[in-house]
Amino acid sequence: MSSAAVPRIVRWRNPSVLPGFGLSLGFSLFYLSAIVLIPLSALVLRPLSLGWAGFFAEVSTPRVVHALELSFGAAAIAAAINTVFGLIVAWVLVRYKFPFRRLIDALVDLPFALPTAVAGIALATIYAPNGWLGSLFARIGIKTAYSPLGVVLALTFIGLPFVVRTLQPVLAELGRDAEEAAATLGAHRGQTFRRVVLPALAPALITGSALAFARAVGEYGSVIFIAGNLPMVSEIAPLLIVIKLEEYDYAGAAAIGVVMLAISFTIVLLLNIFQAWVQSRR
Amino acid sequence: MSAIASPVPRGFATPTDDHPVVRIALILVSVGFITIFLVLPLITVFAQALAHGFAEACDAVLQPDALSAVRLTLIVAAIAVPLNVAFGIAAAWAISKFDFAGKSFLTSLIDIPFSVSPVISGLIYVLVFGLQGWFGSALRDMNIKIIFALPGIVLATTFVTFPFVARELIPLMTDQGRDEEEAAVSLGASGWRTFLRVTLPNIKWGLLYAVLLCNARAMGEFGAVSVVSGHIRGLTNTMPLHVEVLYNDYQYVGAFAIASLLAMLALVTLVLKSLLEWRYADEIAAVHRH
Repeated sequence: MSSAAVPRIVRWRNPSVLPGFGLSLGFSLFYLSAIVLIPLSALVLRPLSLGWAGFFAEVSTPRVVHALELSFGAAAIAAAINTVFGLIVAWVLVRYKFPFRRLIDALVDLPFALPTAVAGIALATIYAPNGWLGSLFARIGIKTAYSPLGVVLALTFIGLPFVVRTLQPVLAELGRDAEEAAATLGAHRGQTFRRVVLPALAPALITGSALAFARAVGEYGSVIFIAGNLPMVSEIAPLLIVIKLEEYDYAGAAAIGVVMLAISFTIVLLLNIFQAWVQSRR
Repeated sequence: MSAIASPVPRGFATPTDDHPVVRIALILVSVGFITIFLVLPLITVFAQALAHGFAEACDAVLQPDALSAVRLTLIVAAIAVPLNVAFGIAAAWAISKFDFAGKSFLTSLIDIPFSVSPVISGLIYVLVFGLQGWFGSALRDMNIKIIFALPGIVLATTFVTFPFVARELIPLMTDQGRDEEEAAVSLGASGWRTFLRVTLPNIKWGLLYAVLLCNARAMGEFGAVSVVSGHIRGLTNTMPLHVEVLYNDYQYVGAFAIASLLAMLALVTLVLKSLLEWRYADEIAAVHRH
């Protein structure tokens, strides 16, 4: 609101009696630039030395394309698995009371807290052909470790908390009025869930799955031990970056990194637009 | 209350309760999924470490290379975590206590490291400081080693743990407003005094919560550190990297013994985190956002 009597001054900040604005903002911007922005710009600038044609040649070799397809494909399958089971786990944790509920709730965060290399060697041991679960699968002729399926298993481990932790607060605040109304109108429980509960949870479910997907695409530590890392079979894109770096092919490594980063940022951007759209419909 | 007879049949307290069979089935599915995907890996770590007895596991942890990996991990966390605490407090002070243009843009820039693959987080420092990087030849002439040395490991760790503290403190301090600080300043307190006596007591549990998560990630980071470390045994191997080296050498007891130390760190982090969430829920922003 602007009044005609008061001259409008365009300021980039409102005055405040509190001290320390210059110091805190200055230090923040310096630190942000030094640690994040300048090094990231090196990633974007490096592939320029290849030229456009060189860049596309670099990222369209069969080995790179396969690695990118595996990283994004396996991440999508793992996110889908976590969408289903994450919804069930969140529902059970919020709606039901049962023994060890708090313990199970705390355990959901384990993939956040457990170092990825530790998860990686543990998963590789469990799903190896002679491992606890790997031997069971081997008996019915399914190869778990050292195959793309192993990649999916590791990415499922990594992604679960994203879906559960995004759903839980929404589910807790959902209230039961709408469900009660549906029940009094004669809907049975399954109809109520499909037509009333699920639409209300959908935005959080999509957000959680997208977060799990974005994390899984770049995941490295928990995957490389179980994947077996066969080129063109079970080699993920982050590993290919490491291999290129070991060959001192900086530009090639950076080119794959740029493609991954561009897709990840696009997902985050779409997610923000989606959330703004959901907010505006409320 | 079990003493009062319920008008609705047992198991159906309200019409919005699920059928008992559905309820039990869903609980079993959840517990089963979590047991197979989360608990089994955890048990495997300890079981493999103790496969040949406790003495051998202890022996593996006390190897010189293992001890130097523990030392390096502690040093890296001791540098990276305080750096990010200083940044987190400064950024949260600027963003929550002042109004300025570009504030929400700055907030979203802080989140960037969370959407970057760990391997890329290491790669960017190789592109800047590596031998063929921006400053590679200049650093070599000055005989300064950043990549394949401690500074590179610290930088990569700082990058991946960058948002933790700021992300917790910005919403927390925004919620708490500016009244208390403005009162302190108008009563004549200096800026530092206001921060130490007014702001810090208000944010201490949120800060501790963030430090806990930041530290767990700093000590456990693998991908980013792996790219910049060079895997020099006894010199640039952190604990997660040493786990990898031993595992690839088929020294499974050693690998899982170090891994079980890291798993214990994760469990302690989870217990403390749950305690903080339970005891100080109102003073931790992440609990509300969850």
